[in-house]
Amino acid sequence: MTLTIATSLDEVLTALAEGARPIAGGTDLVVGARQGKSPLPDSLVAIDRVAALSQIESADGHIRIGAGVPHRRLMSDTLIVERYTGLADAAALIGSPSTRNVGTIGGNVMNGSPAMDTGAPLLTLGAMVELRSVGNTRQVALSDLWTGPGRTSANPDELCVYIVIPQPPALSGSAYVRLEYRRAMEIAVVGAGASVVVAEDGTIVSGRVAMTSVAPTIVELAGASDAMAGLSLVEAAAVIGAMASDQAVPISDLRGSDRYRRHTIGVMAARALDAAARRAGGEQIGVPVNRSLGIGAAR
Amino acid sequence: MNEAYELDVNGVRYPINAAMDRNLSSVLRTEVGLTGTKEGCDDCECGACMVLIDGQPVNSCSYLAAQAQGREVTTVEGILDGDNLHPLQRNLLEEGGVQCGFCTPGMIMSAQALLTRNPSPTEEEIRIGLSGNLCRCTGYQRILAAVERTAAES
Repeated sequence: MTLTIATSLDEVLTALAEGARPIAGGTDLVVGARQGKSPLPDSLVAIDRVAALSQIESADGHIRIGAGVPHRRLMSDTLIVERYTGLADAAALIGSPSTRNVGTIGGNVMNGSPAMDTGAPLLTLGAMVELRSVGNTRQVALSDLWTGPGRTSANPDELCVYIVIPQPPALSGSAYVRLEYRRAMEIAVVGAGASVVVAEDGTIVSGRVAMTSVAPTIVELAGASDAMAGLSLVEAAAVIGAMASDQAVPISDLRGSDRYRRHTIGVMAARALDAAARRAGGEQIGVPVNRSLGIGAAR
Repeated sequence: MNEAYELDVNGVRYPINAAMDRNLSSVLRTEVGLTGTKEGCDDCECGACMVLIDGQPVNSCSYLAAQAQGREVTTVEGILDGDNLHPLQRNLLEEGGVQCGFCTPGMIMSAQALLTRNPSPTEEEIRIGLSGNLCRCTGYQRILAAVERTAAES
């Protein structure tokens, strides 16, 4: 195996064009190889020293998060905590402090796991990924990126360089909650992200909900915005919870049965909506919601 | 195929000759010769392999050794003060936070990173700081007490 430690984006893209695969923190790639799930590629290019990939920039009504930004920064960055709060909730739940130090948002998104924590909040916030290869740049919506468990529509020579998220409107809020059996080193049994806009009186104006670990990819709840528009939060949470259980297509595995997941995704979707709407109305609910509201594993 | 490179561990530069797919914990133990870092689950779950890379805790079992080139690696051997135990080590012993001892080096590295960043952590912050480290002997309470005592003493 060969490993090239790149310091520029051009160096990375050239290596990818020649058949190398990217590695950042290695928290999926190296663990997967050591479990025997998939051997390490013959040629790796380390992207963790490329400065361009570690920036968080706000401009033109968007935020651009470098693919190499680690979860530790996402959960504590002032702008993300204040405006893209659901993403901070998710980042704070990933793995342990060590996972969050080296694991990156780009790695989480491009690994394509149906259980990834950052996926649901990113989907509800309308995020796109910017994929780059030698001489070509394109933006892809997350719903077009994830094609199956561990699979994306990105070409092997393309690198995810940024996650681009539009600035949320006024009176909006977001949240991500996860059903978990323990408080660290956990993978979502199910999870839900919500992003909503509320009226001055707290009525729901519009919103998006996305679900974790109940389908082959992270999926958006279809028809959610129309279904909750004009409802009070209590009414909306009941409607969205029922819709989530109805639309989920979970599998049974060692983390939970399909029936259990179908039931609990409804609970989690309602709680995500509740936290997002309360934040939209100005209530301060600390990151992550799981800890602030006592959702998930007890101490 | 082996390749030659260098690693900076505990302030000493070591020449390494190893395959590029070797993980950091195995290179530290068998090439550098520092066996304080333990290999537990080899699956990024237990934290026995915890080391600091540029001051941040990292599971060395799931980190490629060659990727640590140019970064400062700190292992449990690196926090000793000459022949004296580090306060965390002494307090773990005195509070009964060590039984079999296998998790102890990893616990110390996570606790050390926490206390460097946050010298007066709450109990909740200590729990989060140590949340990537499993201990199957102590039930954790005495480990928490040792970290709290270390923070209080400094």
